[in-house]
Amino acid sequence: MDKKLIKGNIALAEGAIQAGCRFYFGYPITPQNDIPEYLAKQLPKCGGTFIPAESEIASINMVMGASASGKRAMTSSSGPGISLMQEGISYLAGSELPAVIVNIMRCGPGLGGIAPTQGDYNQAVHGGGHGDYKNIVLAPASVQEMFDLTIKAFELADKYRNPAMILADAMIGQFQEPCRLSPLKPVEYPEKPWSLTGAKGRKPQLLKSLYLGDNEQEEHNLLLKKKYDEIQQREALCEMQNLDDAEIMVIAFGTPSRVAKTAIRQARKLGVKVGLLRPITLFPFPEKEIYECSSRVKKILVVEMNTGQMVRDVRIAAHKDAAISFYGRPGGGFPYPDDVLAEIKKAMEGNER
Amino acid sequence: MNAVFKRPPTLKDTYTHFCPGCTHGIAHRLIAEVLDEMQIVDKTIGIPGVGCCVFLYNYFPIDVLEAPHGRAPACATGMKRAQPDKIIFAYQGDGDMAAIGTSEIIHAANRGENVTVFFINNTVYGMTGGQMAPTTLLGQQTTTSPYGRNFQTEGYPIKMAEMLATLEGVAYSTRVALHSPKHVNQAKKAVRKALEMQINEMGFSMVEFLSTCNTNWRVSPLEALKVLENEMIPYYPLGVFKERTGKDFL
Repeated sequence: MDKKLIKGNIALAEGAIQAGCRFYFGYPITPQNDIPEYLAKQLPKCGGTFIPAESEIASINMVMGASASGKRAMTSSSGPGISLMQEGISYLAGSELPAVIVNIMRCGPGLGGIAPTQGDYNQAVHGGGHGDYKNIVLAPASVQEMFDLTIKAFELADKYRNPAMILADAMIGQFQEPCRLSPLKPVEYPEKPWSLTGAKGRKPQLLKSLYLGDNEQEEHNLLLKKKYDEIQQREALCEMQNLDDAEIMVIAFGTPSRVAKTAIRQARKLGVKVGLLRPITLFPFPEKEIYECSSRVKKILVVEMNTGQMVRDVRIAAHKDAAISFYGRPGGGFPYPDDVLAEIKKAMEGNER
Repeated sequence: MNAVFKRPPTLKDTYTHFCPGCTHGIAHRLIAEVLDEMQIVDKTIGIPGVGCCVFLYNYFPIDVLEAPHGRAPACATGMKRAQPDKIIFAYQGDGDMAAIGTSEIIHAANRGENVTVFFINNTVYGMTGGQMAPTTLLGQQTTTSPYGRNFQTEGYPIKMAEMLATLEGVAYSTRVALHSPKHVNQAKKAVRKALEMQINEMGFSMVEFLSTCNTNWRVSPLEALKVLENEMIPYYPLGVFKERTGKDFL
């Protein structure tokens, strides 16, 4: 199949169009501006709607309006803008409305910088907005995955009536790689009998998140919990490489997973038995795979571009006796293969469990 | 016996959560009557804001999306763009529209979104217990302006109908009142005109209803009507501030 040399952000935007998304609302912020710029050009050509919204707050609520109408809708932003969207994301989760939200992470806190980071892991995976809810979170590590996982995000969002977030860093968004720009399998379009299209010939429908009656909110939260459990059971995805004989397991997502692959190749040449587990979905987290591998390996090294966020979920998922170390570069700092290799060696030399 | 007045079919026969004397119910009835008369009930979708207006779905047998506080105009934007053939109205209070949602209302209006917004101005946050709103009158005592609203510290009451009328995308902006039968009749005409603007794809339409909140104003329902007439109307003049006649968008 033909491949095209293309930027990660463009692959994502094209993936959205091919997933049937015809509604995009967004506000400019670096490093994701290629997405709205591409869609501003392409959406009108396929009968879609692009609105340069007045804020990220407006963007996410426009997404809500289009989504409630039964349409596939998306917004994209980075750190500060994603913070502004948290109110809307919480309402989407509470009202059980599908939506795709893209976060091309820049560093923070505050205005921070535009360099790649993974500082928004906790915000994306453990809420971010108020209330007891979860986003589906997908973490692409290549330009191809920017395309493929965007389509998957729309499918999962619709299937579970839940917001789905693409969590990529500025590196994945900005670099170019060859990419196949057509879906591997036909895009799935679940029915949306719940959408608000006017009550002609049927009972009026309601999409809301307010529950004031006795126990109503608790029942609603428990229903959501049931849905999240189902997502956890069915949809967790990860890539596993060189783990069969591994004594050390590196766990990393996004850009650090690519750096880790280079370091692992070098370590293997030195005779160190090391493999990689790369979560592709951050919620659902590949808990089962991590538990199984952590029972076999001697050491686990978690590499992130932050001061240690996913590592907490690894500790929860891993076998209770697992020896887990962490290497993180926050705020635009970047792990190099040599750094990761040094950490692998350090882990090897440390006490065995 | 001849019935001279009855509940419109598009207002559910149910108990109301509104306080006795509240004029929200009148605004609801007017909208229901107009939806019935224009025969657009089954293609209308309502988007209430947060506050006393949130229970719209308890009273109207139409599809309803509950918007976050102040964001109904943005939700309406997304919905109308997705379904241009449907009638979309937002229903907001003054805290919702004139405080937390100013950005969303101004830009939806300025884009000329072809939606209708009904705006209940009763000068206070009703559901949360009568706190000061941007629309609270000078000198008016509320739970958060216990010494009366002072322009030096709280600024002046905001005039939404006039402000929105300055925007090119607005087809219709008017202020009506709900304190007397005459004014209620005028208000109904405004509701119809606003929805006609949407049906004719003229752009953004907004009806501001001067309303009472006798509970939080700490007066009787009858006294509240007098307060509306004698204190609100002198500051918030009634009238049409913008009415587009052609499809000329500039």
